[in-house]
Amino acid sequence: MGELSRIWRESEHRYRLMGNKCGHCDMVFFPIRDVCPHCHRESIGKMKPVELSGKGEIVSFTIVHDTPPSFVRQRPYTLALIRLDEGPVLTGQIVDAEKDAVEIGKRVKSVFRKIGEDGKSGIIQYGYKFVLE
Amino acid sequence: MSNNVYVIGAGETKYGELWERSLRDLAVEAGLRAIENAGIYSKDIQILYGSNSLAGIINGQENIGSLIADFSGIAAQNIPAVRIEASSASGGAAVREAYLAIRSGEYDVAVVGGVEKMTDIFGNEVLDMMSSLLDREWEAFFGATPAALAAISARKYMKDFNVKKDALAMMSVNDHANASLNLNSHFKNKITLEQALNATPVAEPLNLMDCSPVTDGASALVMASESYMKKNRLSGVKIAASAISQDYLALHSRNSLYTLDSTKIAAKEAFKRSGLKPEDMSFVELHDSYSIYGLMELEDLGFAEKGKASTLVEDDIKINGRLPVNPSGGLKAKGNPLGATGVGQFVEAFLQLSGKADKRQVKDAKYGILQNMAGTGSTSVVHIVGGD
Repeated sequence: MGELSRIWRESEHRYRLMGNKCGHCDMVFFPIRDVCPHCHRESIGKMKPVELSGKGEIVSFTIVHDTPPSFVRQRPYTLALIRLDEGPVLTGQIVDAEKDAVEIGKRVKSVFRKIGEDGKSGIIQYGYKFVLE
Repeated sequence: MSNNVYVIGAGETKYGELWERSLRDLAVEAGLRAIENAGIYSKDIQILYGSNSLAGIINGQENIGSLIADFSGIAAQNIPAVRIEASSASGGAAVREAYLAIRSGEYDVAVVGGVEKMTDIFGNEVLDMMSSLLDREWEAFFGATPAALAAISARKYMKDFNVKKDALAMMSVNDHANASLNLNSHFKNKITLEQALNATPVAEPLNLMDCSPVTDGASALVMASESYMKKNRLSGVKIAASAISQDYLALHSRNSLYTLDSTKIAAKEAFKRSGLKPEDMSFVELHDSYSIYGLMELEDLGFAEKGKASTLVEDDIKINGRLPVNPSGGLKAKGNPLGATGVGQFVEAFLQLSGKADKRQVKDAKYGILQNMAGTGSTSVVHIVGGD
């Protein structure tokens, strides 16, 4: 799933964890939002880009066995919700960890990895995954 | 004259892996059954709502409203026919639209037809398509599936409330027990607690017996105003309240991993509008696409404190229990044909409240609450049915 322009459009956010921040209430968002859900109109024109550290902790996780076609070669993989130190929670894989080492509350940091590909000759998609700190 | 809305007829196809049946074929069968059951004729229909979630990507077919109207034989009546989409809450949302259309006085008779044809595609391809009800760019792109996100909620819930896997499994055991009494259900086999606990892992801690299947099927209703129903000497089941609410699309944006705000708010609204309380309910139809959601929903509908629904799973939720849950067989065992699921809950409620639910009849059924949900909780539709 994915066309060239869509992948290209999001590359900055997925490669460098670019989020944004509401200039009215200072809340940080990832993925970026055009409108702050707390300040609404007050936030328009005041959303500023902000690069996130990629450091955070595991809120909860699962080990995925039943996967869509594009993830079959990676199975089983660990998928987690991670709360970044700047506040936002995001969804991503945890890699390079022994199965029993992953626990709720453990610290992780982001790494740059291949996420998937569009078939044998298609574009390769990159983005963030996480490793235990 | 009041503008109360009644379900005056209901019909559905068998749910299951129906290789020999097409999308239109299923929709038409359910629709015709509902019309016949209501005791009206197709010329009496004034508006049609089609409910469907994924026909565009699974079957390459959009424009579902027209398709259903045309092949139900009412194209030449030139009545409005539109499709309502709210992912797996499409069914409940479509019933609500029909309810509002009748309440407004614009229409007296509406048909709601929900349909999904999911098996025209290979197993794990359908999983990618089902992941389109999540945030494609920020959840599914990284490997999230509906089951994976339900599992993430389940792990956190089990840890924070010290709940064992047995409680989740019991929801599925109950669904299968009830479905074994439903001729239209996807699965007719009962399962034991042991079988439920030891099935193939899907997304740990959830296994195959925690997850609703990939189902083909269609369910339909005829709805009418009270005045039309009485004038034509028909009978029906009253919709006492209808409510809908919304939350953030992605699980990672929500306030909690195990409180479904959209369900909580819609339920509160439905109870307020009907003047009823949770203890007035004779049965519940839950959107338990994953077993953990069954527990979360019981709590968010007001039947248990947060983290305490596991106290209900031993006896209370059985058909002859204090609070019968999913007498139809629920999403796990009756099946989960996305666009039909929410309409199917009404088919069950119609049977229960007309005293026609046969072997799975809830004794003295007076009111039922139906909760239909999109994905991981982004939309919830709650209806209370029954009463005079």
